[in-house]
Amino acid sequence: MGAIDIIKSMHVRDLIVEGKREDGRGLMDFRKIKVETNLFENAEGSAMVDLGGTRVLAGIKMDVETPMKDTKDMGNFMVASELLPLAYSEYEAGPPNPESIELARVTDRGIRAGECINLKKLFIEEGKVWSVFADIYVLNYDGNLFDASALAVMSALSTTKVPKYEDGKVVREDRSASLKLDNFTVSTTFAKINGRIAIDPTGNEEGALSSRLTISNDGKVVRAVQKGISGGWKEDEVYDAIGASLEKYKELRSHIPKVR
Amino acid sequence: MGSSADKPKLIINGKRVDGRGFSEMRPMKIEAGVLKNADGSAYLEQGKNRILAAVFGPKEATPRHMAKADRAIIKCRYAMAPFSSLSEHGRSGPNRRAVEIAKVIREVFENVVILEDFPGSQIDISIEVLQGDGGTRAAGITAAAVALANAGIPMKDIVYGISTGRIDEHIILDLDMIEDNFSDADIPVAVSPRNNEILLLQMDGGMTKEQFKEAIGMVMESGKTISKIQRDALLEVYRKEEKRHEKNKKQ
Repeated sequence: MGAIDIIKSMHVRDLIVEGKREDGRGLMDFRKIKVETNLFENAEGSAMVDLGGTRVLAGIKMDVETPMKDTKDMGNFMVASELLPLAYSEYEAGPPNPESIELARVTDRGIRAGECINLKKLFIEEGKVWSVFADIYVLNYDGNLFDASALAVMSALSTTKVPKYEDGKVVREDRSASLKLDNFTVSTTFAKINGRIAIDPTGNEEGALSSRLTISNDGKVVRAVQKGISGGWKEDEVYDAIGASLEKYKELRSHIPKVR
Repeated sequence: MGSSADKPKLIINGKRVDGRGFSEMRPMKIEAGVLKNADGSAYLEQGKNRILAAVFGPKEATPRHMAKADRAIIKCRYAMAPFSSLSEHGRSGPNRRAVEIAKVIREVFENVVILEDFPGSQIDISIEVLQGDGGTRAAGITAAAVALANAGIPMKDIVYGISTGRIDEHIILDLDMIEDNFSDADIPVAVSPRNNEILLLQMDGGMTKEQFKEAIGMVMESGKTISKIQRDALLEVYRKEEKRHEKNKKQ
């Protein structure tokens, strides 16, 4: 962390004591969200999310594969993420680092635990199932990659078209059927900064936080949780965050396009 | 190149599969300054190609033993997104092909960037192919040149890239994926337009000397169009900035 980053994080810490944030938001306000879908015709589904200054792209590909040994009657869902070097001066090319793996796994868990994709319906025939690959491409980093990625992958999935499978071949030119989704989950991330709790942290706020709590829900129940960074959370703080997370469902869900 | 047995008909009634003439480029669009954190960036569309290029630096070279006392070093990355192709899901990150492409692209920019201005520094160039449909290394160069200029990095020239090749007896410009797969020759080229020096040249297939001349001639001709698109993209950044200032003044 350079000197300027330290100054910025001190500024953020000072502000939050008065209940203020660097961009003038309330503690429980999200930044402006923009979702664009169907960006690429080669991918089966795609979406780009702008969450304030954070920009995340999600691409979906579907392949026919042999099922996993322990789930022979089910398709597969796999999430990977890349913190691209062009997204942030601190990101370096190379094999996935722990941050990138955590991002992919937490995004995966929120969607999987919410049973959004009915994996049983991805079964084709004995020894043949669909695999759904979601790739998260971080294009610009300004904090809260978790919520931006969850929104990007959910949005990309909701616009995903399944290729035709005919005579043992995948016909990608014929993609008329939509991927059916049974449920929708959203992710909400809370930052603990100088003892106060704020939703949707910016890059500067992430530089200042002592702890992070990511909660995925489907509007009814909590589906996945991930606590990150070393600081701790009191019981009541967790309950408050769960309540706030569920309250945010409608707002976040409104950005995910409907399956057509 | 695909086997000749399943080669589809690529030239029909003197036109190419997508209706283009032999020396006709796919429509190209470039937007500069698309990413906030990068010092310079560009987004390029060329037919179905979708490419993002970004530049960071000059900054302190790391690791320190890589630093050169008398000039900057360039680091270049080229990678295809796992969702970039119409066929199956790809592996993430650069493979052997991508590492070679990144190397020859780096060598293009080592020619035009004034490296001596920044001893001990490094300039990072990232080229991410979000959707690939043939000719992505050439398109990546065209985009990266705009990103470098957008970053304010001093250069002798704004280079461009385009591919050329041959289908049967026809020399064609800007091969798309189908043409690339079944062509009789595929030649990505990068050129510095101020003196028409060729800075990247690769080929596989078969070409006579005369065919080669015709192909390179097509490249040089297309350079006029590409250079204009590159310059317009850079100018547009300042036009937008100007409009923003005027709007602020009025308020």
